[in-house]
Order: sequence, then structure tokens, then C-alpha cells
Amino acid sequence: MTGNSHDTVSGDLGLSIEEPLIFEQDSPGALGVDWPEAEAHADRLGGLARSGPIGLPSLAEPTVVRHYTRLSQKNYGIDTGLFPLGSCTMKHNPRLNERMARLPGFADIHPLQPESTVQGALALCREVQRWLTVLTGMPGVALTPGAGAHGELCGMMAIRAALDAGGAANADRRRVLVPDSAHGTNPATAAALGFEVVSIPEDARGRVDPERFEALAGEGGVAAVMLTNPNTCGVFENDIRRIADAVHAAGGYFYCDGANFNAIVGRVRPGDLGVDAMHINLHKTFSTPHGGGGPGSGPVVFSEALAPYAPVPRIVGEDGALRLEEANERAFGRMKAFHGQMGMFVRALAYMMSHGADGLRQVSGDAVLNANYLLRRLEDVYSAPFAHSGPAMHEALFDDRALRDTGVSTLDIAKAMIDEGLHPMTVYFPLVVHGAMLVEPTETETRASLDRFIAIMRGLAERAKDGAPLTEAPFHAPRRRLDETQAARKPVLRWQAEG
Amino acid sequence: MAVRTYYTREHEWVRIEDGVAVCGITDYAQTQLGDVVYVELPEVGVQVARDGEAAVVESTKAASDVYAPLTGTIVAVNDRLEESPDLVNESAEDAGWFFRMEVDDEGELDELMDEEGYQAFVEELD
Amino acid sequence: MRYLPITGADRSEMLRAIGAPSVDALFSDVPEDALLAEPVDLPRHAGEFEVERRLSRLAARNRAAGAGPFFCGAGSYRHHIPAAVDYLIQRGEFLTSYTPYQPEIAQGTLQYLFEFQTQVCLLTGMEVANASMYDGATAAAEAVMMANRVTRRSKAVVSGNLHPHYRDTAATLARFQGFTLEAGPPVPAGGEDLASRIDGETSCVVVQYPDLFGNVRDFSELAEAAHAKGALLVVVVTEIVALGALRPPGDMGADIVAAEGQSLGNAMGFGGPHLGLFAARTRHMRQMPGRLCGETVDADGRRGYVLTLATREQHIRRERATSNICTNSGLCSLAFTIHLSLLGETGLKRLAALNHAGAVSLADRLGRRVVTPAFFNEFAVRLEGDAAEAVERLAGDGILAGVPVSRLHPGAGLDDLLLVAVTETADADDIEALAEALQ
Repeated sequence: MTGNSHDTVSGDLGLSIEEPLIFEQDSPGALGVDWPEAEAHADRLGGLARSGPIGLPSLAEPTVVRHYTRLSQKNYGIDTGLFPLGSCTMKHNPRLNERMARLPGFADIHPLQPESTVQGALALCREVQRWLTVLTGMPGVALTPGAGAHGELCGMMAIRAALDAGGAANADRRRVLVPDSAHGTNPATAAALGFEVVSIPEDARGRVDPERFEALAGEGGVAAVMLTNPNTCGVFENDIRRIADAVHAAGGYFYCDGANFNAIVGRVRPGDLGVDAMHINLHKTFSTPHGGGGPGSGPVVFSEALAPYAPVPRIVGEDGALRLEEANERAFGRMKAFHGQMGMFVRALAYMMSHGADGLRQVSGDAVLNANYLLRRLEDVYSAPFAHSGPAMHEALFDDRALRDTGVSTLDIAKAMIDEGLHPMTVYFPLVVHGAMLVEPTETETRASLDRFIAIMRGLAERAKDGAPLTEAPFHAPRRRLDETQAARKPVLRWQAEG
Repeated sequence: MAVRTYYTREHEWVRIEDGVAVCGITDYAQTQLGDVVYVELPEVGVQVARDGEAAVVESTKAASDVYAPLTGTIVAVNDRLEESPDLVNESAEDAGWFFRMEVDDEGELDELMDEEGYQAFVEELD
Repeated sequence: MRYLPITGADRSEMLRAIGAPSVDALFSDVPEDALLAEPVDLPRHAGEFEVERRLSRLAARNRAAGAGPFFCGAGSYRHHIPAAVDYLIQRGEFLTSYTPYQPEIAQGTLQYLFEFQTQVCLLTGMEVANASMYDGATAAAEAVMMANRVTRRSKAVVSGNLHPHYRDTAATLARFQGFTLEAGPPVPAGGEDLASRIDGETSCVVVQYPDLFGNVRDFSELAEAAHAKGALLVVVVTEIVALGALRPPGDMGADIVAAEGQSLGNAMGFGGPHLGLFAARTRHMRQMPGRLCGETVDADGRRGYVLTLATREQHIRRERATSNICTNSGLCSLAFTIHLSLLGETGLKRLAALNHAGAVSLADRLGRRVVTPAFFNEFAVRLEGDAAEAVERLAGDGILAGVPVSRLHPGAGLDDLLLVAVTETADADDIEALAEALQ
């Protein structure tokens, strides 16, 4: 053991308690739910009744509650502390939103109940659409995508459908221009739909060079550009209008990755910038919980040109007589079963109503203020490649030049932060910067929390220069560094009974 | 005389043994990749074109295409890599070979680098 | 504003440190005429009580399932959720954590995902499962694309009794990815011939178990027929509780199981979020979509868990990823795994038996009007008139009687069919009330 001189009998240390797998705690005969045995009846399973054990462990409720409580204690959440994961936007999750989503009138309704019995749910969806429409300045909203990446698929399928509707003239329009700094989902989405991905390098300012872009767009065959704005280098693409004009002049569409909409919400409407389609990660901008990786929700807003191609179902009709339209000639298809992530719509609407038009404007303002503050207070010890490309937006991007010759890498800094009680920032993304560290404080941190972060980061930079053993960190987390090579070479993806 | 080894700019190596070309990735390439965790090999009998995708080599953080150094037909693959991808790290240019191919035109070898040329090429990269 | 802790004094000091005159000045890279000078035309901020009041009013305009007898299914099911489930998933360390990219401080998420993957394997009878997908429909679509990759073919043969939303989700991807989906017409009483539709171009056969009309069927022969032609068998399950009573698809030779896991631990929630389950054979592991959690050791040799085989994924492969998926249904998978841990072997079997018993007792009352010969907890009933009208009428009487088939297959000539699901939440009185009402 490292870092502790007082060995214990059990090996556990205070609140740090090892927890075996549920399968290793099987106690045959124990029950965690009291269901009675069914009364005897003739079985109508058609001879397909399961025989033999399933292999599930038996546990009573106290054991189960303790198991998951202990597991939770091995996790870091926003509730624990600052979570500066750039591009992921880990902001406070208001508990009111959870309470609202659990109202029986929202949680305990079936997607295929008669429409007359779910008018409140349909009205809520409409209300979410209204807020998104006003905030983005874009007239169409598809609610059904299940997450941001799913929203990208939705937006790009609408673009394909619009191009296809243009007939033979568009048959060769298959090039999608994607900056190198884009999220991996962008090229993955474009390629999944049969587009050819053409990468656009960043210029020295961390932006798309408009002249270069115009030249690429002028080469023909352009279906779309996929651009994140503010981009993942942490700056606003100030030539966005030229880019939009160039792609439109080339006959293509402008897809905006809305992952960073939280930086401009309430202040800038993408519809005013020439955007044709944009997904909105409700968890990023409107604070639905990340939940350790989902569930997400990725509504897509559309311009007039693309709105007719939005997928089904759509909500139509007047308040009190709202209906779900399940088929529409121009709709490109369906994204998933039923009508979208209702539970997430409720949470997002609670968030939007709580903030209001004025509060949302403050959200983006404070998010940007906080990021700029961190950038200015850290740029003398960590190198910031685009610090002079104009104000940062909601993220501060550093590279690893300042760590050169220390023997300490970006990864080591991240792991040392864990020992300091911080969650690391995003590392090695965007790919266009060497050893990238992308810091996103969000608007829900206090000044004291930001100052503590600054002090720790400055201290770690100093320690790196002094040759501290950061390459071994973390020492004080529930686990030291994990062997990812072994995990990938000999994958063990499930528990197996011994023997 | 030792069998000559040829190199590509994409960091593959190839040498002719008993009339068949043996191919793999270079020692330099494996150090750049880090721990190799998986190798996706081509099917025997498949035709590959020079510089065409023939295999994929994966570390925990990256997946890289491996291109055929020459045009021809795959006649054997190194099954040991399935169980022991670490062979690529330990012996990239010998036991860690990827595939063998029957070559359509050995003349293509002339367009590849020899060991000296490759060393110089790599030094320039660093 | 209660969620925004930066004060006016903080703001002035921070702006001074930055060297900017105002927050607005930080937006100087935005084209000037695109910068809104005033808040947009939406209501101003509101306190907790006000928001709660407004949203509660909207919620009250919906008829919650608990308000009376309830029999809707067709891909979303009402089961009782133990209190411990909802308490545990709301622990902040679960609720407010991120995808476990930093495994040293995410072992809680990773260990439950490892347990979840194991449970999914056990239930489905498969060898390997991923950490979840968006929902059953997207899981099914991903299964078809995976079968296309594995077989290097591009034609899927789809049962007419697959849930139409699942079929349409896959068909939408097929349209844009250039593969073919051959879906047959619905066969409410089951028994459609799929084997004869498989040929040398077929990548997979997609069936549902129990199917849309509740039919259960042994797919062993179909699996053999598919395998003989080099195709895979994809089995879709929309009611996962069924596998507490029924032989698992893995035993019948399924190559991929794509399922909806909402039934365990998750509310119906008007259809989302739900929970996609995805299980396959070890030999196809590297062609699977989505996140995978694997066991390993840390630097001190202690057992631990990490996300693994990430090179299949979009953030590394970019345009060559197996799928563009990044999020899974994390918290829904946690609810699922907690519920299943509470149920355990005995609890799940009893729960499944109660479901079947309830369905059998209703079917016995309805007699020959039941169209589905063998079923688990859901079946189709033939009514004398239009099923949608009957459902609407019964809703007025306080009974949510089920899902009219016309809602999912409009214009298919099946307007007199009603899908009825009976879970453990329907008691004998509810069943009696529906039986009476349908007389």
C-alpha cells in the first residue's frame, strides 16, 4: 500500500471500504423484494418455459442498499466538487428538476395512451419546443433524438433528405467539411451516412481560416459543413457568417454542433448566424444530469429550409387537442421508439423556467467570465496556445509546452489533480493541440472554488518542475492507475462463476 | 547473404522469404503506438493493392491502418498475434509479422526504402 | 438566481483580473449585429415554488397509469419499482457523475456496469453485453448494422411482428446507409415463415420475442436456417421481464440480442428515457457498438474496472467507428441493475410468474377472442368494433385498456385488434373490470 502507514486488519481504511461484486455476495434464500408465488394455473408459454437457474444472486434489501451506497462512494460527481471537464459541461444539477420529472403525471404515463389522456405531456413538449425556438431563432424542432450524437445523426439525415429531394443535381454532393478540432462524433456521423469527410485544419488562431474554407467549399460536391461554435479550441468562430455564406453559395447546408451552446445561450441565436441545423445536448446547456453516461437527449433545431424533413413523430394541433403525427411524406424517418426523452424534457424545462430569459443570459455570461478568469490566472504557468486569439468563451485551452522537459505529461497532471480532490479536465482533446488540457469551469462554481482550483493547478505546475513523482499519481483515490493494456488484450467483460 | 528488408513511408516492412513476401510494422511504429492490444488481420486469399488497407493495429488509445507494401494475394497470417498481440511490441520485425503475400510484381520493391533510407526517414520525423 | 453563485462583487474583481470592461466585452468575437442587447422574449426567472406549480398543473392534465386499471404495453411496461431503486440512483455520486473516463474515481459506475453486463448476459443467455444503448429500437438498428459488418452483407430479413417503431428506426438508417430491410406484413397469430426468405445475401434475420402481438416461439430452427446460409439471428425483446419465465434467446442460437430494459427499474415516462440492452457472442465482440466495461488491475495489483476496447468508438476511430454512439443510458442501466439485484433469482422468477398468471387469467375470461396462442404477459384480442374507439371510450370510464394495433399499424386492416398487457400491477379487480368492459 502506498500513502498510508497505518495498516488495518481488514485492509479497509475509514470510509474507503472495498466492495465485492453482487455475484460474490449471493445468499440463496435471501429476498430483496417480497412477491408472492403465483397461484396455480395452466401455463400458456407454448412449451418455452425456462428451465434451470438464471444465475442471479439473491440478496436482501439492506445488502443491496449498502452495496450501491459503497459503490457510489467510489465515484466523483458534480455534487462532490469542481468538475472542469471541457466540452462536457458539468454544471450543477438542480434537484427540483428531479422532483418534477417524477411527478406521476409525467413519469407514470404510457407513450401509447390515448392522446386525450396525455394533453399535459404533449403541451410540455410544445413548451420545450417554444423555448428552444426562441433561444435559437430557428423555427423547427425535432425532439426525438436520444442524445447529442443521435441529434447529429438526425440533423445530417435531414440534410441528406433535403439534398435527395433536390434530385439528380445533388447526386454528387457527398463532401462534408469538418474541422480537425471537431468532436469525434462529427466525422463518425457524416461517414455513417455515406458522406465523404473532408478535414479542415485550424489556423494559428484556433479557428477555421475563411479563405481556406471558401477555397475548399469552391471545389464542388459540398453537402454540408459541420462546425462547433464556440469551437473546441475555446474561441468563437468570428468568421462564421462568411463560412455560412460560402457553404450556402456552394449549395450545401450548415450543421452546427451545439455542444457548446451553453456559452452563448440567451445572447446569440444560431439562426442569426446562418445555421441550418443544430443539436442541443440538454444535459450540457440545460443541466439534465449526466448520470455516469446518460440518458441524454439531443433535440435538433432546424431552419425553414430543413424543417420539413424533420423526423416523425411530430406534435401537431392546438392546445387541448394536441396530436402526434406519425407519418409525413417529407419526414426523413424515425429516430427511436416513441416520442423522445420525456423525462429529460421535464428537467430541461424546469431548468429553463427557473432561469428565465434573464437567468439564461447570466448563465452564458458567467460561464464565459469564469473561463476567462481561469485562463488569465493560469496562462503564465500553463501554455495557452490561443490565449491571444480574442477572449476565450466558456473553456480555457492549454497545451503541454510548459511541461516540456519536466518528465511530467498532461495525463500525469490529470491524475495528480485526482489526489487533490479535483476531477481532471478533459485531456488530449481537441486533437489539434499537443497534450491538450481543456478546462470548463461552468457558471455554477463560486469564486472561492475557482481560486482553489487556480491555487492547486499552479502548485502542480511547480511540483512538476521540481521533479515531484506525479507520474505515479493518484495515490489517494479508490484505485491507483488501472492497467488498460491488460483490459484490452484479455478482455474480461463479465463475471463468471468459478469452476 | 542476409535477406534484405524494405520499408514504406507508412512504417511497414517487407522481405521476400522463399518467394513469399513477409510483412509487418516496423519497430519504430510499435514504439510510437505503445502497447499493442489487438491486431485485425486480413483473410487468407484476399487480393490487396499496394498502399491499400490490409490490417489494423490497435493500442488502447489508437487504431491504425496497416497498408500492403506491395500488390498481391494474402497467403498466410500470423495467428499467434490473436493470443499474443504483445509480440508486435517485443519483436516487431520478426516474430510479430502480420501476413505473408504472393507478390504480383517484385519490381515494386525497388520503390521502397532500404534499411538505411528508412533510418534516415525516421530520424527526420523525430 | 439560486443556481448562479457569482456575485456582483465577484464579477467586478474577476473582470479586473481579466482586463475586460464588462461581461458583454467578452463576446466581442461575435458579429455585432448578432449579439442580442436584451434578454429574449421568454418569461423571467422563477422560484422553485412557481416552477413546481406550473409544471404540476401540466402533469395534472395527464392521466397517470396508477389512477385506475391499466393494460398498455407494446414496448413500454408498467412494473412496480422498489423504493430503494429511486433512492439509490439519486445519490449525487451516481446522478451527477460523468462517463467514467477517469477510472480511479469512477469505480462505482464501472463496477455496476460490469455487474450490469453480467446480468444482461445471464438473462439473455448470451456471452457478452455492452453498457447499454439509447433504447430497444436503436439497439435493434445497431444489431442490424453489426450483422452487416460481421457478414459483410447488406440485407436484413425482418419479421412482420417486429414492433413498427423498431422497424422504422432501422429502416431510416437503412435508407441513408444503403442497406436493405425486407420487412413482412404483420401476422397476429404468429407462425410466419421466415426461413424461406433467407438467402446468400442475407446478413441477418430479425425477430421479436415475445413479438408485437405477444407470440412466443422457439427460434432454434430459424437460427439453424440462418446459420446454414451464413446469416445471423437477431432476437429483439421489448419486455425483458419475460426472460424470467421464458427460455433465453441465447439457448435458441441467437447471435445478437437487442432488448428494451425499461421494465426493470425504469418508469414508462411517456416513452423515454428507456434503456437499450445489447448482447452478442464473444467471437463478434469487437464488432459491437457502444461502451464496454472490463476487468483489470491497478498499479497495486487490486482488481478494478475500466472502459475498454475503445478503439471501436467514435472518439478514436472518428469516421471509421463502429457507431457514432457515445452516451449510453447510464442511470437507466443503474436502475435496471439495482432492481434486478433486489429481485434476485427467486424474485425475478416470481415476478415473471405473476405477470404470466395475470395474463392467463384475463385470457381465460376472454376465451376465443384472444388471437395469440402462446404468450407471456401480453396478447392481442379481437374486438367487435374499432379497437381505438373502444380504448377511447374505456378511458372515459377510467380504464386504460391497452394499445389498439391501428396505433402502430394504421391501415393494415387490423383495426379490431387490441394489445393487452397484464403486469403484476394489475390486480384481480382490474382484470375483472377489463374483462367485463370488453364483453
